[in-house]
Amino acid sequence: MVSRIAGEVFIPLTVGGGIRTCEDIRTMLNAGADKVSINTAAVFNPDFVREAADRFGSQCIVVAIDAKCVSEDGETPRWEIFTHGGRKPTGLDAVEWAKKMVELGAGELLLTSMDRDGTKAGFDLGVTRAISDAVSVPVIASGGVGTLDHLVDGVLKGGADAVLAASIFHFAEYTIPQAKAYMAERGIEMRL
Amino acid sequence: MTIAVIDYGMGNLHSVAKALEHVADENIVITSDPRAIRGATRVVLPGQGAIRDCMGELERAELRGLVDELLSNHSKPLLGICVGQQMLMERSEENGGIDCLGYLKGAVKRFDDKQLDEHAQRLKVPHMGWNHVSHIQGHALWDGIEDKARFYFVHSYYVSASERSQVFGATHYAGAEAHVAIGKGSIFAVQFHPEKSAAAGLKLLENFVRWQP
Repeated sequence: MVSRIAGEVFIPLTVGGGIRTCEDIRTMLNAGADKVSINTAAVFNPDFVREAADRFGSQCIVVAIDAKCVSEDGETPRWEIFTHGGRKPTGLDAVEWAKKMVELGAGELLLTSMDRDGTKAGFDLGVTRAISDAVSVPVIASGGVGTLDHLVDGVLKGGADAVLAASIFHFAEYTIPQAKAYMAERGIEMRL
Repeated sequence: MTIAVIDYGMGNLHSVAKALEHVADENIVITSDPRAIRGATRVVLPGQGAIRDCMGELERAELRGLVDELLSNHSKPLLGICVGQQMLMERSEENGGIDCLGYLKGAVKRFDDKQLDEHAQRLKVPHMGWNHVSHIQGHALWDGIEDKARFYFVHSYYVSASERSQVFGATHYAGAEAHVAIGKGSIFAVQFHPEKSAAAGLKLLENFVRWQP
């Protein structure tokens, strides 16, 4: 599937899901992927990120971070890394984890708020801002987009370098050119 | 009629070949065979990764002499991409200083990662993503491509050419003017990845395929 898509779309392609070894990465890159996204494997073996970045270069290593808010209302906000689609807590602080991933060589972070994913209530701007401010690599905000204003907020309020939305496009509520034009009108630099 | 993508073990050759297939009627081959490269009507020199590895692998594949020959005799159009562009210069700062092919005058320098953007945020190195390419002078490979069109970049080092007449495109990043499109005679070379730059990139490849220098 990766090679069929890579043969038809001439933009950077990131492949994620089940990447556990350098061999998996090699297979994906050979099939035409430009980047791979590592999630669970990084949690269980952080050194895998270092190994992958050393071998293939940071530019093709995206670390996916699934975070959930674990603080009570009124407390200083705190987010933790969760695995298994947001069901299993790991005890890892999300901001510290993001910094560690970048130190180990992650070239980009894909940050998903497991609280917001699928809710259409907008990004968790708190965790997006906290992580964007803490690291020196691009952060892609994900989870919760229901409107085009949410995309704008992710960049302007959350400080994300890029935003991800799936359902609003899949269900044809908006088109990608529409979303890009909307963001550009609000002063965000876009390739239209 | 064949376009040869030189395979010396470095880079995402598959993507370049697929994009060329999309715009060209010619047969596209990924090859390290000197006979196939000499017999091709056009040649693409890709490159990805560290420049020391690229130069080293080019030697190891015994293709350095052939590339020198293609560069000096201008027998056919050649397109350099990414490190395939950087290698054309005299020297690179990467890996503690590496001598390159020396076909064009100038050096390959590292972006300064201490520069701040307009919001006082540190600019990120590698320079990764879509950025504008300004046309410094006209060229057949710019046909149908707007000035300041965006192309896709992934790099920490950039070409700084000494001869302005050999610079065709520039991108400003981290306080530097990166010469992202350079050329001479039948040689054209770009820092960005046309094979990943959507419509503008495909147009550039199509122009290369039709180019009669």
